[in-house]
Amino acid sequence: MAKKKENIPRDAEVTSDGSRAINKFRISDAVMIAVVTLLCATCVMPFIHLFAKSISGNSAVMAKRVYFWPKDINFDAYASIFRDGSLVYSFIYSVIVTLIFTLLGMIVCTCAAYPLSKKRLRGKLVFTFLLMFPMYFGAGLIPSYLLMHDLHLLDNMWVLILPLIYSPYNMLIMKTYFQSSIPDSLEESAFLDGASNFQILWHIVLPLSKPILATLSLFYAVGRWNAYSDNIYYIRTETLKMVQYKLYQMVASANEAQTATLSEAAAVTSTPEVLQAAAIMFVTIPIICIYPFLQKYFVKGVMVGAVKG
Amino acid sequence: MATKKAAAPNVKVNTPWKAAIKRDWQLYLLLLLPLAMVFIFNYAAYPGMRMMFMDYKPAKGYDGSKWVGMETFVKVFKDRDFRRALSSSLVFNVLDLLVGFPMPILLALILNELRYVKFKKVSQTILYLPHFLSWAIIGSVAYTMFRPSSGLVNMALMNMGIIKEGIPFLTEKWHWAVTYLLIGVWQGMGWGTIIYLAAITSISGELYEAAMIDGANRWQRMWNITLPGIKSTVVTLLIMNLGRVMGSNYERLSIFGNSMVRDFQYQLAIYIYEKGLSNGKYSMATVVGVFQSLVGLILVLLADKVAKKLGEDGLL
Repeated sequence: MAKKKENIPRDAEVTSDGSRAINKFRISDAVMIAVVTLLCATCVMPFIHLFAKSISGNSAVMAKRVYFWPKDINFDAYASIFRDGSLVYSFIYSVIVTLIFTLLGMIVCTCAAYPLSKKRLRGKLVFTFLLMFPMYFGAGLIPSYLLMHDLHLLDNMWVLILPLIYSPYNMLIMKTYFQSSIPDSLEESAFLDGASNFQILWHIVLPLSKPILATLSLFYAVGRWNAYSDNIYYIRTETLKMVQYKLYQMVASANEAQTATLSEAAAVTSTPEVLQAAAIMFVTIPIICIYPFLQKYFVKGVMVGAVKG
Repeated sequence: MATKKAAAPNVKVNTPWKAAIKRDWQLYLLLLLPLAMVFIFNYAAYPGMRMMFMDYKPAKGYDGSKWVGMETFVKVFKDRDFRRALSSSLVFNVLDLLVGFPMPILLALILNELRYVKFKKVSQTILYLPHFLSWAIIGSVAYTMFRPSSGLVNMALMNMGIIKEGIPFLTEKWHWAVTYLLIGVWQGMGWGTIIYLAAITSISGELYEAAMIDGANRWQRMWNITLPGIKSTVVTLLIMNLGRVMGSNYERLSIFGNSMVRDFQYQLAIYIYEKGLSNGKYSMATVVGVFQSLVGLILVLLADKVAKKLGEDGLL
């Protein structure tokens, strides 16, 4: 259907008033393009500015001469970030946590989605309800906090992993995918050949589900990478905090704490503003670099999850 | 035996438990893992809700604290701080909905009208970027852009002579309110647009063809075909968003918090964190949290019912 629509000559306006219609047509086109371009600019310009600022000289930044082109280029700010190491350490730590989280999350998700996607499963309704209800109702922050305390997970790396690896939303997406994309006949013939449920899952269903596995891994990874409220609630030890939290700390402490700890020596060579810009870019550049490649998986996943039929 | 196995996968039969377990024990085994997670990390927190009816003292624990019935509820609803937080939350969430909900729809309609494939693809990629960023990044970028004296926007405006003093986008409460809302729209516009665009592409091309032959212009086509065509998607997302009207995003609120805008920034998430974790008033914070969850659940159920009554599919 979509292909067919592509071929319709959309500018073939069939109206009685031929020329006027085509003119009006062009103006609204131009307005739309302008609006979209403006919105795109708001997404891109801030980062160009920040990058320019992060490699500019202090005096130029203080004199407010840096817009989108760096002045007096130097990489001192980045050098201090690397020399200090705490942001780098936090970054690597966050990558490790994210990887573990994604792996475990995908395993748990599959363990729920696969059985629930089978029509023949006895008790499916009950299990589905049990596994979906928490998405609609949660006990709240305080009960969760006390639970983490009782589980001895406070101030522990695993509190950033375990509570969230089962995600009802992601499970729903995977389940829907299994139900709609894996033909029953495939499974039936495998059963006839004597395959067990495990074997069918491992040898048939999973290899065929590579797209959704990639997409959901992305959902898990991005979700874990960006969230930091649990860092705020459950963790006190600085070394167990993830990199987004460090950024939050930098902002929340009104530009003082983080730049002070980033190194006293750095304070001599970079003003807080340049250092801040560098810190923000340090956390953001990896995402911006990976993003274009992952975007298409993300889009597919959101579509599978939300559009009906 | 062989015939039984062949029939089992596709036929919806009420298999007796013994046979079901024999046939699918592996599936039940798989289910144990997520069930365990959900019980340990979600359902195990539910008993904690009994703090609502207690005067919970962290030092005394559950057993040492006494039961006070509805006293804590009364305390909370009488608490001026709670009322402030509640009204701010509601106002901002409703505004979020009013301003932020139509935006992705508009964007999807616009992007759908554009004929230049390359432009469409590139702009879509760019517009989805904010959704990939954490609030820490968005907040720090926003400060860099909107600082009164050295932020990019004010720098540019002052250098161009348009204004004399920097506009306090994030440091004066009314300006903050607008900036805060617009940033929320900016962050979410990409995600919604993906969904609506996908819904639009599933509308039959024949409808557009027929309309064009009948002489409909682009606005008429949009109004009569595109919008009705995505109605069910709009309803679904609306229901989901209504469920969040009593919600509160701690990350988003805390990153933009400062003393000048405290009045507006003090919303439910801040209330719960400060009264609960910081000040140890666990019972009160629990009441508010459960209140939020309950209202959210009720709203979703109600909205779903209304949608179904109006002929839509609903969410559940």
